[in-house]
Amino acid sequence: MADDAVIRFRDVSKIFSRPDGRGNFTAVDRLSFAIEKGEIVAVLGKTGCGKSTMFNIVAGLIEATAGQVSVIGHDPFREFAFFRGKIGIVFQNDRLMPWRTAFENVLLGLQILDVDASKSKEIAMRWLARLGLTGHENDYPHALSGGMRQRVSIARAFAVDPEILLCDEPFSSLDEMTARDLRAEFVRLVRQNGKTAVFITHQINEAMEIGDRVLVFHRPARIAYEAQIAGNADDAGRQRIRDEILRVLSLESAPA
Amino acid sequence: MTRARSIRFLQAAAGLLILAAAWEIASFFVPHFIFPPVPAIIARTVEILITGSLLADVLTTAARIFAGLIGAFLCGCILALAIGRSRAIENLLTPVLTFFQGIPALSWVVFAIIWFHGTEFRIFFIMVMTTLPAFTFQILDAFRSMSKDLLEMTLSFRPSRAILFRFLIVPTIVPGILTAFKVNLGNAARVVVVAELVGATGGVGYELLRQQQLFDMAGAMAWTLQLVLFVLIFQQIITLIETRVLRYRAVAERAI
Repeated sequence: MADDAVIRFRDVSKIFSRPDGRGNFTAVDRLSFAIEKGEIVAVLGKTGCGKSTMFNIVAGLIEATAGQVSVIGHDPFREFAFFRGKIGIVFQNDRLMPWRTAFENVLLGLQILDVDASKSKEIAMRWLARLGLTGHENDYPHALSGGMRQRVSIARAFAVDPEILLCDEPFSSLDEMTARDLRAEFVRLVRQNGKTAVFITHQINEAMEIGDRVLVFHRPARIAYEAQIAGNADDAGRQRIRDEILRVLSLESAPA
Repeated sequence: MTRARSIRFLQAAAGLLILAAAWEIASFFVPHFIFPPVPAIIARTVEILITGSLLADVLTTAARIFAGLIGAFLCGCILALAIGRSRAIENLLTPVLTFFQGIPALSWVVFAIIWFHGTEFRIFFIMVMTTLPAFTFQILDAFRSMSKDLLEMTLSFRPSRAILFRFLIVPTIVPGILTAFKVNLGNAARVVVVAELVGATGGVGYELLRQQQLFDMAGAMAWTLQLVLFVLIFQQIITLIETRVLRYRAVAERAI
């Protein structure tokens, strides 16, 4: 495991109480991994395998039941305020505030971080332009297409210049052409800006297209397979990895 | 004015004109102290509006309604936020508010007369007590309908409580607050008349009592119309605010 890890899980578990009060269920089971600075790690797994739970633990939105979680050397749940401006999240759905225009949505994080107003406006306009949304600054979310809304949410995450980007299946609800364009744009932006990114997906192609490394999860969230994509540029090598991922995923039974 | 709005306006006007025509026809067959002619009612209504001392009564009632609504709204906000944040407070207060909801306005009038001396405080107390439960429950509903997705998204930027309140909670509950004002305005207008009827020396309710003692139906109708006009104007103001504040909402072209 790398020593200069930006994100590190050590034997992390997360156990939830069942909503009906009949016992508990384990969503994450003694999970350990490390992600280095500047790395893009794709986390792949079937629906319900605990990917999003792991994501929420990294984001500091929920607390691990057991184990050690370290993000930039701090606990993301307990040291909540430390992470102001350090983590940017792109969610599965765009999560735009309907009462804010596209521009105001991008501005949100900057306003929360109390960035100077004129500087905030300039940053928000720049990110909207980079994501091809010039001319739509004053549109409310309902007037934007699904792809445009997701672009706004990406702009919102990048605008605060976070060290870490967390993405939870951000393109899963988009058509393939739009998703492909946004994937390429996303990778370009992450690389250009030297970010560390965790990208959750349930699509093998997407994971291999985006990730420097792919972690395949089995339920409850634990690593069943890990593959280095960067450095395996030849078609035969990538095909071997794809086949292995498929084989590992097929070993898992359907969710209970 | 758009064509659709013009049609709506004409339809509403037609309904009122039919009512006025039916009243006028009735006045031909029934003694005028029971059904006074419409022109007589209009003349009395105009007289009230252009006579300073009489208009002061209308404005006094309007001020009492405003004061009562604002008082109930502020108390309702505090109670709703307290209930929304604590299950124990919810368990404590919900039965009390439900109990208050069951108390008739007239009972509050009697209680106020027994408990307090000052007329204005009595009326304020009655207004607050009769509209407080509805305000509290409506604001609480609006607070609870807050999107968990938007809450998580906003929390990912690590806002302070004050910023979270300003950027997320306030915009979330504003539609509910406007609805609460609309609903409670009608209730408040009815209650204030009862309160003034029994315990005041001025205002629309007091004047209605005088018209009853004088057996002056035209006067009673004219004073009632003052209150109706006030409610309609205030409803229109709320609608204008709603149109402005909630302009982000998508409007379907086809009506349901």
